[in-house]
Amino acid sequence: MAKRDYSLQGPDARRAVETGLAAAEWYHTEVPRKVMKDLMQRSDAPAIRDTVILYGCMILFAGLGIALWPSLWSAPFWLAYGVLYGSASDSRWHECGHGTAFKTKWMNDVVYQIASFMIMRNAATWRWSHARHHTDTYIVGRDPEIAVMRPPELAKVILNFFGIIDVIRFFPNLVYNAAFGPTADERTFVPQSEWGRVRRVALVHLSVYVATVALAVWMQSVLPLMVIGLPRLYGAWHHVMTGLLQHGGLADNVIDHRLNSRTVLMNPISRFIYWNMNYHVEHHMFPMVPYHALPRLHDTIRHDLPAPNRSIAEGFREMWPAFRRQLAYEDFFLKRSLPPTAKPYREDLHQISPGTLTPAAPPATAIPAE
Amino acid sequence: MPWINACATDDIDEEDLIRFDHGSQTFAIYHSPEGDFYATAGRCTHEEVHLCDGLVMGHLIECPKHNGQFDYRTGEAKRAPVCVNLRTFPVKVEAGRVFIDIA
Ligand code: FES
Repeated sequence: MAKRDYSLQGPDARRAVETGLAAAEWYHTEVPRKVMKDLMQRSDAPAIRDTVILYGCMILFAGLGIALWPSLWSAPFWLAYGVLYGSASDSRWHECGHGTAFKTKWMNDVVYQIASFMIMRNAATWRWSHARHHTDTYIVGRDPEIAVMRPPELAKVILNFFGIIDVIRFFPNLVYNAAFGPTADERTFVPQSEWGRVRRVALVHLSVYVATVALAVWMQSVLPLMVIGLPRLYGAWHHVMTGLLQHGGLADNVIDHRLNSRTVLMNPISRFIYWNMNYHVEHHMFPMVPYHALPRLHDTIRHDLPAPNRSIAEGFREMWPAFRRQLAYEDFFLKRSLPPTAKPYREDLHQISPGTLTPAAPPATAIPAE
Repeated sequence: MPWINACATDDIDEEDLIRFDHGSQTFAIYHSPEGDFYATAGRCTHEEVHLCDGLVMGHLIECPKHNGQFDYRTGEAKRAPVCVNLRTFPVKVEAGRVFIDIA
């Protein structure tokens, strides 16, 4: 069994380029051009509605939390505010980063900047890391956004439900970015023309945090941090829960999103917070389709995809045991069966084992998901 | 190089594009909302993905891979992650056919 090296400048990164896994041609379900054009159409209305609801609820919940502070009665409002700040910002960052949420560019840009701040991502850096995530989804050594590396460090995964690992990594990186621009790893995917912007964004974010901490010290109260900063910890759980399901326990080093991404049907509140990214295979196959059209895209191509998980709980029941098996045997992954109407997986394209140039033996390591 | 007879005008819906291959070269031909035709290099300058599956919005073509955008009239890169402009080619329309000058 070969050990994976997730470094963006390491041997697996070089092998991915040499073997043609990097920047490869990926599998797409065939969709007639007219249908796809219709699905790709942009509109401001759904995202304006959702943004008014989101920011309106945030103002309401934070206002009630402040009004009732420091009574325990404020707790439910902080919990609700926290999820919108520390989790809904993830999906807004994502959709507006793609530029598909709104039809109007400045609206995408404004929501993207606000969401990047709340989710603690440098707005300039992460646009590029996410482009790489789409080019090389779960290609070891190439994808900078692999949520759970193998073998999984489950303690870290659990800590991250409270944002702890992300935040511990974020602040030293923020200070480095503010002082020097992108780190060496970030320079592998951020073009040089953008390095100055990375630094400027970091300086703005850092200034807001310094001002918030200064206000908290002056007020002798943690209250300002309950509004800015801390919700990234106490409200992170929802985006971690949904984010893990995107690719957790599935294949890496493949070029078919049906093998490495998961679609999960979920309740309407989670879908609002997650902005329909539960249709994750669909999103990766066709990133041009805006979030509000993903349910229609799902209906259009479901005949060619593995059956979706029917709930978050069902997704976890499938994924968590796979993480545990990967502790002992990191090559293990779940391989979902396709319906008879689907085009089969191209096994010949998925034979490269991480850490080697030799073909792996996928049938021995892949266990069909129930 | 003479003008190349690429396609019929009604091969491309308004506000849409098609792919046109000639020898080893590949192009994208656009039909603007005003009824004009334009031609650019076929592949995105970011990661060489063909633009033919992209979305035409007004005078912009959005790349299907990472949503980078170009103004297809000038080739100007308009939205990250594209930074390098797209090559454009002269176009003329005669007798219902679209010709491009690929010299
Ligand atoms: S390949 Fe076109 S935007 Fe990346």
